[in-house]
Amino acid sequence: MNIKNIPILSCITGGKGGNSSGSMFNFKYLLLAATIALFIVMFGIGSVSFRGFFSLKVFFDLFIDNPFLFIAAIGMTFVIITGGIDLSVGSVAALTTMITGTLVEIHGVSPAVVLPFVLFVGSLIGFLIGIMVHFFKIQPFIATLGGMFLARGIALMINTDSITLNNSFFKAVSNYHIPVIGNAFITINVVIVLLVVVIAIILAHYTNFGRTVYAIGGNEQSAILMGLPVGRTKILVYTISGFCSALAGVTMMFYMPSGNPLHGVGMEMDVIAAVVIGGTMLTGGSGYMLGTVFGVLILGTIATLINFQGGSVNPWWIRIINAALILVFCLLQILFEKKGRKIAKS
Amino acid sequence: MAGLKLKNIMGKIAGFFTAASRSGLLWPVIFFGLILLVNALINPGFFDIEIKDGRLSGSLIDIMNRSSYIILLAIGMTFVVATAGIDISVGAVVAISAAVSAYLIGGTLVVENGVQQYVSFMPMPVAIIAALLIATALGMWNGLLISRMGLQPIIATLILMVAGRGIAQLITSGQIITIYYKPFFFIGGGYLFGIPFSIYIVAAVLAVVMFLKKRTALGLFIQSVGINKTATRFAGINSSNIILWVYAFSGFCAGIVGLLVCSNNKSADGNNAGYNMELDAILAVVLGGTSLAGGKFYIMGSVIGGLIIQSLTTTIFSIKEIKPEANLVVKAVIVFVVCLIQSESFRKKVAGVIFLREKKSL
Amino acid sequence: MADLKPIVEMKGVKKSFPGVQALSGVDFRLFEGEIHAIMGQNGAGKSTLIKILTGVYKADGGSIVYCGTQCRFRTPLEAQKKGISTVYQEVNLCPNLSVAENIFIGREPRRFGMIDWNKINSESEKLLKRLNVSIDVTKLLSSYSVAIQQMVAIARVLCISSRVLILDEPTSSLDEQEVNELFEVLNKLKSEGMAILFVTHFLDQVYRITDRITVFRNGTFVGEYLTKDLPRVELIFKMVGKDISAMSAMPQKCLENVSDNKAADSLLEIKGMKKQGSMNEFSLDVQKGEVLGFAGLLGSGRTETARLIFGIDKPDQGECLVKNELKNISSPSDAIELGLAFCPEDRKTEGIIDELSVRENIILALQGSLGIMKYLPRKKQDKIADEYIKALGIKTADAECEVRTLSGGNQQKVLLARWLATKPSLLILDEPTRGIDVGAKFEIQEFVMSHCKEGMSIIFISSELDEVIRVSSRVAVFRDRQKISELSGNDLKEEKIMHTIAGGQ
Repeated sequence: MNIKNIPILSCITGGKGGNSSGSMFNFKYLLLAATIALFIVMFGIGSVSFRGFFSLKVFFDLFIDNPFLFIAAIGMTFVIITGGIDLSVGSVAALTTMITGTLVEIHGVSPAVVLPFVLFVGSLIGFLIGIMVHFFKIQPFIATLGGMFLARGIALMINTDSITLNNSFFKAVSNYHIPVIGNAFITINVVIVLLVVVIAIILAHYTNFGRTVYAIGGNEQSAILMGLPVGRTKILVYTISGFCSALAGVTMMFYMPSGNPLHGVGMEMDVIAAVVIGGTMLTGGSGYMLGTVFGVLILGTIATLINFQGGSVNPWWIRIINAALILVFCLLQILFEKKGRKIAKS
Repeated sequence: MAGLKLKNIMGKIAGFFTAASRSGLLWPVIFFGLILLVNALINPGFFDIEIKDGRLSGSLIDIMNRSSYIILLAIGMTFVVATAGIDISVGAVVAISAAVSAYLIGGTLVVENGVQQYVSFMPMPVAIIAALLIATALGMWNGLLISRMGLQPIIATLILMVAGRGIAQLITSGQIITIYYKPFFFIGGGYLFGIPFSIYIVAAVLAVVMFLKKRTALGLFIQSVGINKTATRFAGINSSNIILWVYAFSGFCAGIVGLLVCSNNKSADGNNAGYNMELDAILAVVLGGTSLAGGKFYIMGSVIGGLIIQSLTTTIFSIKEIKPEANLVVKAVIVFVVCLIQSESFRKKVAGVIFLREKKSL
Repeated sequence: MADLKPIVEMKGVKKSFPGVQALSGVDFRLFEGEIHAIMGQNGAGKSTLIKILTGVYKADGGSIVYCGTQCRFRTPLEAQKKGISTVYQEVNLCPNLSVAENIFIGREPRRFGMIDWNKINSESEKLLKRLNVSIDVTKLLSSYSVAIQQMVAIARVLCISSRVLILDEPTSSLDEQEVNELFEVLNKLKSEGMAILFVTHFLDQVYRITDRITVFRNGTFVGEYLTKDLPRVELIFKMVGKDISAMSAMPQKCLENVSDNKAADSLLEIKGMKKQGSMNEFSLDVQKGEVLGFAGLLGSGRTETARLIFGIDKPDQGECLVKNELKNISSPSDAIELGLAFCPEDRKTEGIIDELSVRENIILALQGSLGIMKYLPRKKQDKIADEYIKALGIKTADAECEVRTLSGGNQQKVLLARWLATKPSLLILDEPTRGIDVGAKFEIQEFVMSHCKEGMSIIFISSELDEVIRVSSRVAVFRDRQKISELSGNDLKEEKIMHTIAGGQ
């Protein structure tokens, strides 16, 4: 059985149904490898330095504690591959929690109705942003900046304080542990994350939509002339990001049942950092969902390392380390691109 | 005969609008005028200016004073945006600058015989210069990453934005440093000849910038770099240096704002100082007519943009029926409205506007 | 060979843009199994007609009949679906996707609802084999040359089972060998019944491969002719509408200025310069007041040499003497200070600042040499701009118009004006007449020669040999990143140069 023929695995080993000449010249695979290697190294350092670090619990906690980052980052990856950006992710997530909090707690509406509704609201916001970006040619940066202000403002207008969710459904989901091996468990949020990642990989590599996303990032003009549904895809990409932001908000509530208008402040920067560290270039046209997953894992590992270190380390170092990582990965990207061009020339 | 006269008048009005819109200031001014109008209707006494204790005071003065932060940041941001870049680190640099100045002045309170003695760790001029130098150096760091290493502006300034607050917190050791050194408070809170000192600072920076724009080739070179960096380089102009200096200047402006913030708040908060200011600054620049894609820029437009944002905030806060949080929503709506108006596709789709900018699309 | 009924018939097509009547009632016919060229100067309406046919633009009037039925394509996608495909000069594909993907994207074969990558790869290999191309289809498109990328674009067209293939300036970036390969493929497709529309400026190629020529001039239809029945001179006459004989009276070459005293009159001397990946070791010299031509195929290193001389690229080794003094040129501003000027090949990305006015574009390099502080007073700027607008015949409403509103030829003139304003001693022109109509071409060539009479030296780089020979007193010949020889005097003939390039001398 040729490993190249197994679709999902092939995208890890060398992409697109087989790469017979080897991926030496494809620096993007190198970047992905670097990301994965960095994660392994970091986890290794933690394991060596701290007792109890090298455990399934710590590994699963990376997923349990950051489901919102994973999901928002996946949505952001799609947007960034098309060459755009979405600054509204944190605010839309917060808005989602506020709408849910209000409807469920104060008005007693059933979560079964509210949850699909807020997912729809997030998608709608993304859809409107997509329309502005594509039809009215407004730059994604400023359009999503406006979306960020709007969502955050509405969230604050709903209530400036947080709303605790006493609803039994949320409490049940938040406490539910799915046993895996021995004492290690995962939560429903983790299952949601895995589902989202798998769907995203299938979308990105096995559907026309996904390939169009990459095409737009490579050369939008060409994509249009090649007859690809560029407009529809661009709008869909922002809609997906809005949906993911809303879903991230839902997982926030599953993690800690409360609606908080100040949720996710600054989250967009963490998400962008995760995507960049994951190997996706901000110029668009390349990037892997799997890379983003590892990007978030790396950010989570840093936080965990600092936690384990205890009170002696100023937590603000996390910010500085994150920033340094982004810098290193960007420089790597530029370096690989230059090398790639040199090899192509000769 | 009357028809011809009407045609002439219409022609003159159209000509006026075209010239005004070419200068780029038409829409910002109209917008600002609208806001003032709304205020005049809602707020009695909005336009009143009195003299209290030898100082001018009133809503208008208030707006000009408070908008000094945004305007200063927006001036620096305008040049950056004109080179087709962006600087989202200014908020963090403001925090660092505030932290540096607070640290160097020190939070010691000395009271002798019931009278406060003004004590500062380092002489005030040293604190001021250090803060400005560090802020400018941080701007240069951004500029170097972008011009020499080839990093994209948003990612390079994102790095400083993320790291910056961490750095500010390190300087203040995680605390909020409160300062009691009265001479320092003059910068942000003092009055000179009855007018708030901050307005003088803005005016000085503005004067220097306008002088540079009109009397030197700086404006031409910056626009050129923003529109086509390669061609500008081939024309013998050092694009890299120009990019380096616009980011350095943006850092410098953020440094000044840091001093103002520290002086006004009489403290430095590494976490909250300068929060969201970068977004307001970018908004002011966009409102002022400069395109995020780079090229032609409008400094006065950015100034008016800053005034618009501040007066919006003031207006909203003064209307009791509206929650103060609505400020964000209003800013968002304005962003969308302005961008739609600036968008050619939108104008074409709406049609029937007097001044369509036409391109030959052969 | 040709069917009785054309597969495409356009009648009385009209199209106007704000301020410009691009097409005023033109006709056009295309038959299956033929290669048909549309000829005309820039602004004649060729690309407008094609864009109407392929659904990019909507015609204001006239009819389009395709396969016997009236139709109007609203989008390029629609035209493609009906069987009309275009391969553009810039090869509009996605460089970040693999070759196979570029061929199949938009119509990927599926298995269980998901894209079947194995099938895509194997089918693309088959398609490319039809075009005599055997490459690794899983590699990124960007890792291949422009010629291969064009073949991929054509393979995509085949995948769509098109009946009409439109090629817009396909050979501009190809060398002779690649052009031969392309023409082989086109002939093969023609014999299979494909209707091919070929747009190009290269007269030789038109006469080599086309069966029929349609000529446009200023948006009007001049005529449709069989290629074999239309002599070259007549073709140019119909395109330009001017008297050819007037154009052949070109001013004398600047041979008089070139004296025997080489040392005293040496303007530029390069010794032993090379750069890894750019140029092998070369030396050259330019005398005062002479025109040195650079001849060679695409990729032979002419532009690379110019970039090294002008300081855009830094050489690994080599000496440079300007007026017999050793100088170090490490940036364009150094070069400009020494009196050099460079008009680059790609005026869109390396030349004009499109949103700035004509005036600002013209004075840019001059201002650059003066620095930031010494700002040229506005009156002086206006004076300089007006002077060059007149001298070069730049067609613009006024000096404040944005340069992007000008036609290609006029943009090139603005660029030329920019460099002339710096009053250089050596002006390097890289493909100054590319993509420009015949009339403007002659104007620029005339211009070059009149300036060299006034003592300016010029390095003239062009792929059109007749042009190079016409203006140069000496020609440096390049091949494969190496300067192989210099020709002058009686050797300045097309066959001789081509032999030299091919490897005779």
